Amino acid sequence: MEKFVQIERVGQTFDTKKGKFVALRDIHLNIAQGEFIALIGHSGCGKSTLLNLIAGLTKPTTGVLLCDGREIAGPGPERAVVFQNHSLLPWLTCFENIYLAVERVFGSKEGKPKLRARTQAAIELVGLAHAAHKYPHEISGGMKQRVGIARALSMEPKVLLMDEPFGALDALTRAKLQDELMKICEKTQATVVMVTHDVDEAVLLSDQIVMMTNGPAATIGEVLHVDLPRPRDRLTLAHDPAYIGYRAAVLEFLYEKQAHVEKEAA
Amino acid sequence: MSAMTMNDAYGAEKPAELATHSQPVATPVAEPAKETKMETTATLPAGVPLVERLGTFFRAALPPVLGLLVLVGIWHVATHKGGSIPGPAQVWDAAVALFSDPFYRNGPNDQGIGWNVLSSLQRVAIGFGFAALVGIPLGFILGRSAFLSAMVNPIISLLRPVSPLAWLPIGLLVFKKADPAATYTIFICSIWPMIMNTAQGVQRVPQDYLNVARVLALSEWKIVTKILFPAVLPYMLTGIRLSIGTAWLVIVAAEMLTGGVGIGFWVWDEWNNLKVEHIIIAIFVIGIVGLILEQALILLAKKLTKESS
Repeated sequence: MEKFVQIERVGQTFDTKKGKFVALRDIHLNIAQGEFIALIGHSGCGKSTLLNLIAGLTKPTTGVLLCDGREIAGPGPERAVVFQNHSLLPWLTCFENIYLAVERVFGSKEGKPKLRARTQAAIELVGLAHAAHKYPHEISGGMKQRVGIARALSMEPKVLLMDEPFGALDALTRAKLQDELMKICEKTQATVVMVTHDVDEAVLLSDQIVMMTNGPAATIGEVLHVDLPRPRDRLTLAHDPAYIGYRAAVLEFLYEKQAHVEKEAA
Repeated sequence: MSAMTMNDAYGAEKPAELATHSQPVATPVAEPAKETKMETTATLPAGVPLVERLGTFFRAALPPVLGLLVLVGIWHVATHKGGSIPGPAQVWDAAVALFSDPFYRNGPNDQGIGWNVLSSLQRVAIGFGFAALVGIPLGFILGRSAFLSAMVNPIISLLRPVSPLAWLPIGLLVFKKADPAATYTIFICSIWPMIMNTAQGVQRVPQDYLNVARVLALSEWKIVTKILFPAVLPYMLTGIRLSIGTAWLVIVAAEMLTGGVGIGFWVWDEWNNLKVEHIIIAIFVIGIVGLILEQALILLAKKLTKESS
């Protein structure tokens, strides 16, 4: 299915105290089923705004967004979000956090044992079975983020939306989670949209890298198709000329084509 | 798999630092957290020698005891030449006599101090209970609806600074009896902190949690029980603590006006009997009961927030 998520002529304007602020304009994007998309750009370029639009957390000022042929009217579990700061509920254990999502999505059709099995499966998928009954404040940042991913995946979403999921983690933990995410995506054939500001992360994970121009009134500058065979391995790719080429293309976009706008804004 | 064990090694050292991050709720939570920290430094592990432990105990207990001694000393010096205010010794003797039989009953206007304190506490409990019953749900509603909040806030701002005693005549008029009227003033004075703190807590629930609720499309019931209530609990407990504090202040004054049985009425009665020792005893009793109420609620807050966070 070539057009699983369709974004057509989407613009987003916010009303601020200083008047109207145009955050996004003229966004066109089609995402195929099972594709991994990275949204990359300098901070303030509206990449999170675009993700929130796909999530349905905000509504576009102009244009229309479709998911699986239906208009996105609001947030829903078929477009699960992994938030930047994990957003686990601190008064629930990891298991309970995931169970809350599982119960909401499958609770009407399935009995409790089945729901618990689903929760357990999700937590095992991210390798956290041993921490299932710990509270979020008892585990590390990387583990919390994995619970966040498990929660999103447990809902069996049509699209998995990730807002800089690894941004707050140290480099080693981040690499580990990227590898895990690639394995999970392969296993579940998930459609993923991920906001990132990390060039290596974007090239390593994505099928398409959507590069955004600088705000205000940001839009899609270029789209880069990454044709690297999967499964991908970060060590072999480090010397792969194609990988280096993609990486250079993204860097060039960010630091040559879009650099001057940032100076103006600053 | 080797990389995962590495990540778990991370997990072992990180939680201490992360614990501070996991409490985004502002002031009321920070307070109990601080107290627990102080407590852990005060209570030493069992392996520490007895002498050292006694030392820490005395260092902690010395300043408050000294403070009390100074207070009693000043009181003694100020009153030892005679005059209308009795000295510590006289009050002590009167207290011993008084507390030897706190639960006697010689008719409706002459009862032991125990009965008086209990009936005051009962009024506070009833008035406060009704205030919680009304104030907490109302706070939730106002916190959830900007429109209702804008509608009701001016009324609350107008009524909140009014002394609860100004409501007493209205209460007497409506209930035709002194006892429910006093309870009603407690209701009035307890309800404001309850509404305000609950509403504020609801408004301060982190947007992240509400976004989670929206993405999961949780029902309003689940939002209230799984997200709002636990997030608001620390604020609610602060509201309850403020309410109880004010209620205990107000009940004394209200009972002076309404009469009957109660610590406030007792103070006034002893003034009419010119038993000044008893008034001073009453001041201590009121202070101690207030202190116990406050500490009990702090303990409760600590227990509940520990369970929920």
